Amino acid sequence: MFMLNYMWIILALPILGAAVNGLFGKRLPKAAVNSVAIGSVALTFAAVCELVREFWYLPASQIPWVKSYYTWMVAGDYTAQAFHINFALQVDQLTVIMLLTVSFVGLLIHIYSIGYMEHEGGYYRYFSYLNLFMFFMLTLVMGANLAVMFVGWEGVGLCSYLLIGFWFHKKSATDAGKKAFITTRIGDLAFMVGILLAFWTFGSLTYSAMFQQAAKMTPDTMAHAGTLTAIAVLLFVGAIGKSAQLPLYVWLPDAMEGPTPVSALIHAATMVTAGVYMVARMNPVYSRAPIAMMLVAVVGGITAFYAATIALVQTDIKKVLAYSTISQLGYMFLGCGVGAYAAGIFHLMTHAFFKGLLFLTAGSVIHAMGGEQDMTKMGGLRKKIPITYWTMLIATLAIAGIPGFAGFFSKDEILEAAKSGPHASQWLWALGVAAAGLTSFYMFRLIFLTFFGKPRFDEHKVHVHESPWKMTIPLMILAFLSTFGGWVAAPRLAGGIDYFSRFLDPVFSSYAPSPVVSEAAATPGLSPVAQVLLALVGIPVILAVIGLLVAWWFYIKNPNAPKQLAQKLHGLYILLLNKYYVDELYLGAIVRPLLWLSTKVLWQFVDATVIDGAVNGTATVARETGGEVRELQSGNTRSYASWVAIGAVGFTMLLLAFIGWAVR
Amino acid sequence: MHTPASYLLTVVTFLPLFSVAALLVLRSDDHVWIRRIALAASVGEFAVSLLLLRGFDITDPAYQFPEYYNWIGSSIHYHLGVDGISLFLVLLTTFLTPLAILCSWKSIHEHVKGFFVCLLVIETAMIGVFVSLDLFLFFVFWEITLIPMYFIIGMWGHERRIYAAVKFILYTMFGSILMLVGILWLYHLTGTFDLPVIENMLSNSAPLPSTEGLLLFGAFFLAFAIKVPLFPLHTWLPDVHTEAPTAGSVILAGVMLKLGTYGMLRFCLPLFPAAAHKLAPFIAVMAIIGIVYGALVATVQHDLKRLVAYTSVSHLGFVVLGIFAFNAIAMQGAIYQMLNHGISTGALFLAVGMLYDRRHTHEISEFGGLATPMPVLMSLFLFVALSSLALPPLNGFIGEFLILIGTFAGHHSWAAWATSGAVLSAIYLLWAYQRVALGEVTVEKNKTLPDASLREKFILVTLAVTILFMGLASPYFMRPMEPSTNALLQQMNDQLQRPQNASLPPLPRTAGAPSVVLPAAMVERQARP
Repeated sequence: MFMLNYMWIILALPILGAAVNGLFGKRLPKAAVNSVAIGSVALTFAAVCELVREFWYLPASQIPWVKSYYTWMVAGDYTAQAFHINFALQVDQLTVIMLLTVSFVGLLIHIYSIGYMEHEGGYYRYFSYLNLFMFFMLTLVMGANLAVMFVGWEGVGLCSYLLIGFWFHKKSATDAGKKAFITTRIGDLAFMVGILLAFWTFGSLTYSAMFQQAAKMTPDTMAHAGTLTAIAVLLFVGAIGKSAQLPLYVWLPDAMEGPTPVSALIHAATMVTAGVYMVARMNPVYSRAPIAMMLVAVVGGITAFYAATIALVQTDIKKVLAYSTISQLGYMFLGCGVGAYAAGIFHLMTHAFFKGLLFLTAGSVIHAMGGEQDMTKMGGLRKKIPITYWTMLIATLAIAGIPGFAGFFSKDEILEAAKSGPHASQWLWALGVAAAGLTSFYMFRLIFLTFFGKPRFDEHKVHVHESPWKMTIPLMILAFLSTFGGWVAAPRLAGGIDYFSRFLDPVFSSYAPSPVVSEAAATPGLSPVAQVLLALVGIPVILAVIGLLVAWWFYIKNPNAPKQLAQKLHGLYILLLNKYYVDELYLGAIVRPLLWLSTKVLWQFVDATVIDGAVNGTATVARETGGEVRELQSGNTRSYASWVAIGAVGFTMLLLAFIGWAVR
Repeated sequence: MHTPASYLLTVVTFLPLFSVAALLVLRSDDHVWIRRIALAASVGEFAVSLLLLRGFDITDPAYQFPEYYNWIGSSIHYHLGVDGISLFLVLLTTFLTPLAILCSWKSIHEHVKGFFVCLLVIETAMIGVFVSLDLFLFFVFWEITLIPMYFIIGMWGHERRIYAAVKFILYTMFGSILMLVGILWLYHLTGTFDLPVIENMLSNSAPLPSTEGLLLFGAFFLAFAIKVPLFPLHTWLPDVHTEAPTAGSVILAGVMLKLGTYGMLRFCLPLFPAAAHKLAPFIAVMAIIGIVYGALVATVQHDLKRLVAYTSVSHLGFVVLGIFAFNAIAMQGAIYQMLNHGISTGALFLAVGMLYDRRHTHEISEFGGLATPMPVLMSLFLFVALSSLALPPLNGFIGEFLILIGTFAGHHSWAAWATSGAVLSAIYLLWAYQRVALGEVTVEKNKTLPDASLREKFILVTLAVTILFMGLASPYFMRPMEPSTNALLQQMNDQLQRPQNASLPPLPRTAGAPSVVLPAAMVERQARP
C-alpha cells in the first residue's frame, strides 16, 4: 500500500530531477547530469511498476483509488456554494495504462537522448526540460480532477514550447515553439470555458463527483443538445488543439524543429495523446452527448484522412512522420467518437510504441546522415545502418496495419467499431480504411526512399554510421513492443476475449448511460479459424498491402513514375505539397488582420487620436505646465527632497483648509 | 482598553515616514548610507507588517487592529483598521517597497536622498489608504500618494518625463476632485466621515434616490477607474510607465493601481449597492474591452516597457470584472489577482529595468538573443512572464481561474469573453520574449552584457519564489479574505433585497451634529469632551 498512499512520489521524482539539472546542471559534469536525468525517470518507472503491482490487489470497490493531499484552491460563498479544489491524484485502469506507457516510453527516450544529444550545447537544459515534461505529463494522467489535470495539460504545453525552441538561436525553432503554445492555447480557451461550465453543472471538478452527477442527468440526444453536449464539445475543442486535429493541427508539423527525441516523446508518444486521454477520461459525459460524440468521430475521421494525404508528398522525413501522427491521432478520436474508448486508448498505446520508434529511428537516420532530413538526398542506407533499418521496418509494418504487428490489432478494433459498433457510420469507416491505405503507401515510400535504391548523397562527404548502443537498445525494445504489444487483444479475432478492453472495461462501463454492448461480437456461425482468416484478409489489410505494392512500384520499380505523376496531376501535387495552404490562409485571414487592427485602429487611432484627443485641452495645459516645472528644476542646486516635503505639506494644508471650510 | 497590539497599524503606517527623518539627517552626498538606511527601514517595515498576520483573526469579517481617535472637530477621526480585503494589500506594499529600493541601488545617481525619501513617503501614504476607515483621512493619504510619485516620474524619469508626470497628475487629480465632491456630499447626507458609520446609516435608512445614488457612485467610481485604469481612461498609464524610473513603475503598477480596485471594493460596492448593480453590466463590458483591447495593443508595441504597461490594462480588467460579478469566488479571485498582478507585473518591470540599466533603452528591436549573454536573467524573465500569462500552477492562474469561475456563475458570456485574454496574453508575452531573448544576438553591444548580478538575482528569485508559493498555497491567502468578502456581499444583498416600502428613517441630510447610532464598540471608544 506504500505507493498507493504516496502516489506523489511519482511526481516528485521527475520534478526533483528537473530542478537539480536546471539549477546546478551547468556546473555538473555530463555523467552527473545523465545520472540525475535517467535516474529520476528510471526511479519513476520503478515507482509506477510498484504502484501497478499494489493496484492489482485492490478490491474493485476501491477503484478508482483517490488520494487527496492538500487543499489547493478554496473560495467561499455565502450562499454556501463553496469552491474547493484539492490537489488529489487517482489511479484506475485507464491511469495505469497511461502511466506505464508514459513512464516506460519516457525512460527509453531519455536513454536514447544521451546518445543523440551528446554533442549538443545546453545538455543539462535539455534534460531538465525533459524531466519537467515527465512531471507534467504524469500530473495530467494522475490528476483526480479537471483542475489538476489542467495543470498537467498546460505544463506539457510549456515543456513542448521550451523543447521545440531548444535550439533557440534558430528563428524557425523559436517561431515553431511559439506557434505550438499559442495554437494549443486557442483550443484551451474553449477547454477553460468547458471547465467553468462543468463546474457549475456538476458542482465539482472531481471526476467521481462529476460523473455521479452526470449519471443522474438525462442524456442528451441527437435531436436535443443540452449542457452535457456543450461541456463535451468545449472540452473537445481543447483536445483539438492539444492533439493537433483539424483545424488546429498546424503547429505539429512545425514542432519538428525540436530535437528528434523530443518529437518522439512529446509530439508522438505522449503529449499529443492527452486529448484522447481526456475524452476517454470524460467518457461519462461524452456518452451522454451523442452530438459531441459524432463531432469527435467526424473530426477524427476526416483528420485521419486529410493528414495522410499531405504525408504522401512530403520529402522531409520528420514532416512525413508529423502528418502521420496527426492522422493516427485522428484514428484514436474516431475510435472514441464511435464509442470504442478502449480501442482508442489501445491505439494510443501501440501508437506510442511504433510512432515513438519511427521518430527514434528517423533520428538515428538523421544522426547517421550528419543532420540531413531530406529523403530525396538519402537512399541505400539499408546495409549501412542495419539495426535502424530493421527496427524502422518493424515500426512501419506496425503502423501500416500488417497483421501480427501491434498497429494491426488496435487499428482493426477502431475500424471494426466504426463499421459495426453502437455509433457506427459507413462513411467514417470508409474514411478510416482509405486513410489506412494511404498510411501504408507513405510509410513504405519513406522506407524505400531512405533505405533502398542507390545513395543520392555524396558518400565521400557523409560518413554513414550506425548509432551508439544507447540509441539502438531503445530502438530494439520498442521494436519488440511494436511487434508484440498488440497481442493482448489477439484472442478477439477468434471470437475470444480482448484482454486489453476487458481490463479497461470498469472505466468505461461504470457510468455508461445504457448497458454497454459487449465488444462487437464476431460474425456468428463461423468457426474461429474462419473468423481469424476473415480478419486477416479484411479490407483494411488488403488496402495496406496495396499501399505497400504501389509504393514499391513507384519508388523501386519505376523511380521516375512519381515525377511523371506529379507533372500530370500538377495542381493536386502542388496543393498537397503546400499542405492545402492552410498556414497561409491563417496568416492572411487571422494573424495579419489582427495585427493591423491592433496597430492601426486600436493603438494609433483609438488610443492616440480618440481618447488622448479627447483630453487634448488637458494635454495643452500639460505641456505648458511642464515647461514651468522644467524651469523650476533647472538651475536649482537645492535638495529636491525639501521640495517634496514642502509640496506635500503645502498641498495637505491647502486641502485641510478647504475641507475645514466645507465642514464648517 | 488599549492593548499594545492596537497601535500596530499606526506603527506600520508611519514607520516609513519616521525613517524619512533618519534619511534627512544624512548628508545628501552620502549615497551609500542613504541607500542602506532606506533599505533597512523598508525591510524593518516589512518585518513589522508581518506581525499583522500573527494577530489577524481569519474568522472575523470585521475591521481588526482598530484605532479610533478624534482628529479634527467632532466629525473627522483618526480611524484605522484592516480586514480581509486590505490585509494582504498592506503586505504587498511592504513587500514590494524594499525590492523597489533595491532595484534603484545603482540606477539612481542624482538626488539620491530625495528619491528614497519619495519612495518611503509613498509607502506610508499607500498603507494609509488601505487602512483608513475615515473618508477624510483616506482622502488625505490618497492625495499624498500623488505628490512623491509626481516627483519620481518628473525628476528621475526618462526623456519625456515632465509630460508624463503632468499627464499623471492631471488625470488622477481630475478623479480626486470628483471623489472629494462625493465625500463632501456624503458628509452632507450623514454628518460624518466615518466609513463604518456611513455604511451603517446608509443601510439602515431609507434608500437614496436613484439619481443621487448613481451620481455619488459615479463620483467615487470615476476616481477609482482612472486609477485602475479602466478602459477608456487608461491612456495615461503607458506614457507614465514608459517615462518612470523602474522603482516608480514597480510601485505604480504593483500597488498604486490597486488603490483603484481597492477603492471600488471598499466604497463603491458597500455604500451604493443599488447603483453598483445598475451599472455593473456597463462596467463589466468596459472591463472586458480592457482585457481584450489592452492585450491586443500590448501585442504590437515596440517599447518593452509600454508593452508591459498595456498588459496591466488587460490584467486589471480581470480584477474589475471579478469585483463587479458580485460573486464571492470572483471577488476573492479579484483580490488575489490584485496581489498577483503586483508581484508578476512588478517583477516584469524589474526585469525590464535591469535591461534598461545595461542598455539605456526599452526598444525591443535593440535587444534579441539576450538568452545567450545572460541566461539567468532571461530564464527568470520567462518564469515571470509565465506567471503573468496565467500558467498553472503559478499564481496568475489561480486568480484568473477564480475570477472566471465566479463570473461564469451569473454571466456565462462575460467569462467566455474574458477567457480570450488568456490566449492573447500568451501571444504578447511569448512574442516579446522571443524578440528579446531568443535567436542570434543581433546588436554587437549586447554580446558582452553581464548576466544578473547577485542583487538582481536576489530580487527576481524572491519574486519567483513568491509566485510559486502563491500558486501552490492559495488557501493561505484566501482564507483570511473569505469572511470579509462574504460579509460585503451579504451586506449588499441585504440592502438590495430589503423591502422598498419599509419605514426606515431618512438620512439626516445636515451638516450639523450627527445623530448617529454607533456600533457599541465605537461608542465606548469615542471619548468626546
